[in-house]
Amino acid sequence: MTESRRSILNEDGSCPEEYLGLIPDDDLLAIFRIVLLNRVMDRRLMILQRQGRLGFYLTSSGEEAVTVGSAYALREDDPIFMTYRELGSLLWRKVPLDAIMNQMIGNAEDVNKGRQMPVHYCFRDYHIPSVSSPVGTQLPHACGFGYAAKFRQTENVALAFLGEGTASQGDFHTALNFSGVMNAQTIFVIRNNGYAISTPASLQTRASSLAVRAEGYGISGLQVDGNDLIAVVQAVKDAAERARNGRGPTLIEALTYRMGAHSSSDDPTRYRLEEETQEWEKVDALARLRIHATWRGIWADKMEKEVWADAEKAVSNAIEDCERLPPPQIESLFDDVYDRMPEALRSQKEEYLEFLQNKRR
Amino acid sequence: MSEPVQMNMIQALNDALALHLQREENAVILGEDVGLFGGVFRVTEGLQQKYGVERVFDTPLAEAGIVGAAIGMALGGLQPIVEIQFADFVFPAFDQIVSEAAKYRYRSGGQYGIKMLIRMPYGGGIRGGHYHSQSPEAYFAHTPGLRVVIPSGPYEAKGLLLGALECSDPVIFLEPKRIYRSVKAQVPMEYYTIPMEKATVVREGRDLTLLAYGAMIDVARDAVLLAEGEGYDIEVIDLLSILPYDLKTILTSVEKTGRLVVIQEAPRTCGFAAELLAEVQQKAFSKLQSPLQRVTGFDTPFPYALEDNYLPSKERVLETLRKTIEF
Repeated sequence: MTESRRSILNEDGSCPEEYLGLIPDDDLLAIFRIVLLNRVMDRRLMILQRQGRLGFYLTSSGEEAVTVGSAYALREDDPIFMTYRELGSLLWRKVPLDAIMNQMIGNAEDVNKGRQMPVHYCFRDYHIPSVSSPVGTQLPHACGFGYAAKFRQTENVALAFLGEGTASQGDFHTALNFSGVMNAQTIFVIRNNGYAISTPASLQTRASSLAVRAEGYGISGLQVDGNDLIAVVQAVKDAAERARNGRGPTLIEALTYRMGAHSSSDDPTRYRLEEETQEWEKVDALARLRIHATWRGIWADKMEKEVWADAEKAVSNAIEDCERLPPPQIESLFDDVYDRMPEALRSQKEEYLEFLQNKRR
Repeated sequence: MSEPVQMNMIQALNDALALHLQREENAVILGEDVGLFGGVFRVTEGLQQKYGVERVFDTPLAEAGIVGAAIGMALGGLQPIVEIQFADFVFPAFDQIVSEAAKYRYRSGGQYGIKMLIRMPYGGGIRGGHYHSQSPEAYFAHTPGLRVVIPSGPYEAKGLLLGALECSDPVIFLEPKRIYRSVKAQVPMEYYTIPMEKATVVREGRDLTLLAYGAMIDVARDAVLLAEGEGYDIEVIDLLSILPYDLKTILTSVEKTGRLVVIQEAPRTCGFAAELLAEVQQKAFSKLQSPLQRVTGFDTPFPYALEDNYLPSKERVLETLRKTIEF
């Protein structure tokens, strides 16, 4: 039931004819633009962080075939239970750059009201539930949502992302086991990008594959080439189809590589060789997509300059728009703890606001 | 209105759950052995037979998974009602409760809320040793975003559970299992709710306010009868809601009596009584006639053979009442 690493795109960018309809040319170009936008966001926001204008940032460059491809394979209203490393899914869902930047800055327009660190997204209008820092907690949520979808007889499928490090967490085990038992409409996508901060995948498990674990839970599992957009989209589409038809959850292990640091607080030169990263760069999501689009005859290198420039401009505009906005109102500190504010909290709020008003200078 | 019926707490809780499943078609019950078997304490007895396996079901044996999946169900539009078999087994699910369920509304800026209820039998007095006897309310009470409630008898159990199930926040519903079957009361068959965040004065008195919750209410009543024989007139408050709690009712009482004793079966240090004493001494300082006191379990793990020595007894409470009044 578990296959080993499945690629569809060939090294020269070609692919078997039967897969050409999977992503029509227009969609492929749209995906290409989003991957470039993802790269620009990563570069610019990392600089912003280094300049002290952003508290934190975390890149996802190199993993876009998984992040964009998975979102592409789903329906728009299928929830994605994300981690902090799937910006590409948000971009495919057309979450406006301003909304993303507002979250990064935590300003008055942030739909999360400045309650979380950068990259801890939540966009209900786009079916993106809330990202948390402890890894793996979202996995049982996706299972429960997948059960709710089945219970309510909707066709929704919940997709959860995780990194290969998170596959060591207890929540991974319970989520897969519960999903299997409940026959939940759920998909788990592991972005096996080689590293959990500094710890290599080889120290997370002695097994050569994480996908084989599916068998132990009685669910479908497969390993795909995570830099191969076509392979990812096909795998997630198949999994979604299975889930919608009541044939159970799927575990997909997408083999990819984290091109950047873990986060703005990390320094990968301390634990991996520059050469390793350079090798992966030649075959990362963008490189593979570029040669595939070129092979299809819908892309030429000279077109790229303009797309880069557009992305740069869009990101600059978003930064400029969002940096200008004030922080959230101080009063909002006390909101949304409960559906209705309890008396005890109301008196803490009043006491604090009074303190601010009468503060001795 | 039909006649109230004599029930124990198990029956009252079962009745409340049945009424809620009847009213709310998206409500589901999940946990270990809650289905066909009806739960190890039989609180969910007959519910799977009546409402089906989709709505009342057994889960794999993993508390973190139960609560985590329930959070996802809530996000997906269901109202999960979780049973944790014993409060002592909740700790694998602690992360999901305190970092996820409790924080979801706040961290999403109010975009999402987790409407779920987690029931768990708690407390000592059943010869269960320390893995079937603990009182973990203070851990949860330290978590903004959660509601924590504890009924003290069958009537309170039904009304408080139905009230809690109307709430849109995650609720920790702690059931004092020691009095699951030992106490019976008249319980209306109809739907009724007891509001959260509201304490009840169960006995009026002049000399001292005795505050308790859960199974300790019965200990309080017994101690008050003994104290009455010594000429003391004690007011008893049943806290019912631990978080958020009803400070107003407590202050009104203490301002009248000038004295407060809190009973809590959990260990002393950082127990919930500490919070109550701190707030009351600050807000009612000028009215106090004696130091605020608490009668608690000891700062030891919950013992097996010596549990009667560990738990607050009516004699220990009486002694504290005397000392406080005679101060």
